[in-house]
Amino acid sequence: MTRTLESFPAAARHELKNTQLRTNLRLATDTIREKRARVVSEVPDWEELRDAGRAIKADVLAHLDDYLLTFERNVLEAGGQVHWARDAAEANTVVAEIARAHGASELVKVKSLTTDEIGLNDALAALGIHALETDFAELILQLDGDWSSHILVPAIHRNRNEIRDLFARTIAPGITSNEPRDLAEAARRYLRERFLEAELGVSGANFGVAETGTVCVVESEGNGRMCTTLPPVLVTVLGIEKIVPTFRDLEVFLQLLPRSSTGERMNPYTSLWTGVTDEDGPREFHVVLLDNGRTNVLRDEIGRQALHCIRCSACLNVCPVYARTGGHAYGSVYPGPIGAILTPQLVGVENAASLPFASSLCGACYEVCPVKIDIPTVLLHLRAEAVRSSAKRRERVMMKAAAWLLGNARLFALGLRAASVGQRPFLRRGVIKRLPPPLAGWTGTRDLKPVARQTFRRWWKARQG
Amino acid sequence: MSAPREAILARIRSIERAPQPAVARAYRRAGGLDPRSRLDRLAERLADYRADVESVDAAEVGATVEAVCERHAARKLAVPPGFPDEWRPAAVELVLDQGLTTRELDAVDGALTGCTLAIAETGTLVLAGGTLDGRRALTLVPDLHICVVQSSQVVELVPEGIAALEQLVVRSRRPLTFISGPSATSDIELSRVEGVHGPRRLAVLIIDEEKQP
Repeated sequence: MTRTLESFPAAARHELKNTQLRTNLRLATDTIREKRARVVSEVPDWEELRDAGRAIKADVLAHLDDYLLTFERNVLEAGGQVHWARDAAEANTVVAEIARAHGASELVKVKSLTTDEIGLNDALAALGIHALETDFAELILQLDGDWSSHILVPAIHRNRNEIRDLFARTIAPGITSNEPRDLAEAARRYLRERFLEAELGVSGANFGVAETGTVCVVESEGNGRMCTTLPPVLVTVLGIEKIVPTFRDLEVFLQLLPRSSTGERMNPYTSLWTGVTDEDGPREFHVVLLDNGRTNVLRDEIGRQALHCIRCSACLNVCPVYARTGGHAYGSVYPGPIGAILTPQLVGVENAASLPFASSLCGACYEVCPVKIDIPTVLLHLRAEAVRSSAKRRERVMMKAAAWLLGNARLFALGLRAASVGQRPFLRRGVIKRLPPPLAGWTGTRDLKPVARQTFRRWWKARQG
Repeated sequence: MSAPREAILARIRSIERAPQPAVARAYRRAGGLDPRSRLDRLAERLADYRADVESVDAAEVGATVEAVCERHAARKLAVPPGFPDEWRPAAVELVLDQGLTTRELDAVDGALTGCTLAIAETGTLVLAGGTLDGRRALTLVPDLHICVVQSSQVVELVPEGIAALEQLVVRSRRPLTFISGPSATSDIELSRVEGVHGPRRLAVLIIDEEKQP
């Protein structure tokens, strides 16, 4: 993720032409948003849970080094193995070496944003190891070389006929039905053999409990249980921010996450395991603790709260910008409002400078966030960073000039007077329709109200006199 | 010690982080329902996720299991090592899971187990690898899961459930599975399909220990 991303406005312009994406996404975001609102409203202590969630995450970041070491010690004591990876390449190498040590040429994978972030599948493919996605939507995308448009329902931009045709070409020759039930059955049949035969499973994780060394994965389909239970060897890639201090902390997040994410009181399956267990599940268990830019995020006192995120996707479903552009426009595995603050910090603001501007700052994301990430404040903070780090010298000079002008009362008054005279050639029936460059961008999509003939200060003075 | 480990820890330690105030846990930690309403809520929430729910007395378990099996055309069930004789259904073949292979588990019609705990508010069954719960693969590979819950195992809230499990995990490190309804997906046009990879059908028998036969 170190490449410079395509700018959001450019990517969005392209995505906005995809009417199927927009229609499906609108349905998805509206439906999930309503479900979430319903199940959240039946919890009388929701705000107290949010406060606790935020406080626990803030504590995790304050003592991250200690908690990571405690987690490591407990995983080791329970018979697991712990690896550390500074970046994507190191993490991918760890997984590849484990696969190679067991002679595995295929592995089964649980849907995981973290492994998408590090490009694990491509890295393994380059070494001749096939990572098979087993989540229904992820399987669809993998079979078609497509990528996710929504954290929770990644293939929401595809319709049932497209999926039927794709399956007929790939895993279920001859399938004619486009019923979701029959398509799910086809995926079940195709994957079952692979689950039963798999040598190696790979997962991400929702939480890692420092106090016990326990790893937690929440899911709906059962593919997560398959991947973490049946193969004799299991590797979990865990972002270092996913640690929670105590087992008891799960009582907060297991309430916040499912209701915020799928709008269910509880997701169908939650798996928790600690190291290895005799005669139950994998014989060998590895955890890869991944940094990959997370310590950069931690370094920013305002921006670090992005690391609180529990990947529920509630902020996507309420965002007016996301609902129209979809996830692809964000150019990252983390789309929507959380992506707009997380991606620039992970890859460097200079590499994703347009993302903090992909928001109307309406604040709906902050309101639904189960761990109270103040996304609008972080967006504003990152906008300032983006300008500071901007390669555009002219923009920096203009911003500096503006600061100088606005910071001095006499200069400001002088500037206003100059503007009220200078604007005259551009006035058309009381509004400014078009400004010359470099200000043309502003009037490209909206009219500008002219500067008033009389300033407030002068009016006030006259009134007093 | 590996270089990445030392580097990551050093990076974290080089960042100034203010200590945080203690976590305030002002949320509900104990429920207020009486035992009867608690069972009703569990049944209602499980049914809401499209699990089949039956309330039975202890003597009716075997017969009810038999009826469930008939409904799902299941003739052969795998059971955990600690399976009690009084739950035994007539006319259904039982296979004791003492290290069955996954292929063998794939060949049975269903699994019949107990559980460790149930959480009423979220309609959740918790299996913790006990002798009645069985190991994880037992309740995963077969297509039908019949789970027996005893009323004394039912708590109302998630924090009550976690508190009870805390001791179990910290001490024994046993793996836990939370089950709330059958496996499901909404990945195609948000249309919900019950049953993808886990058991497609979940039947829950709640033994009301107060109820007199």
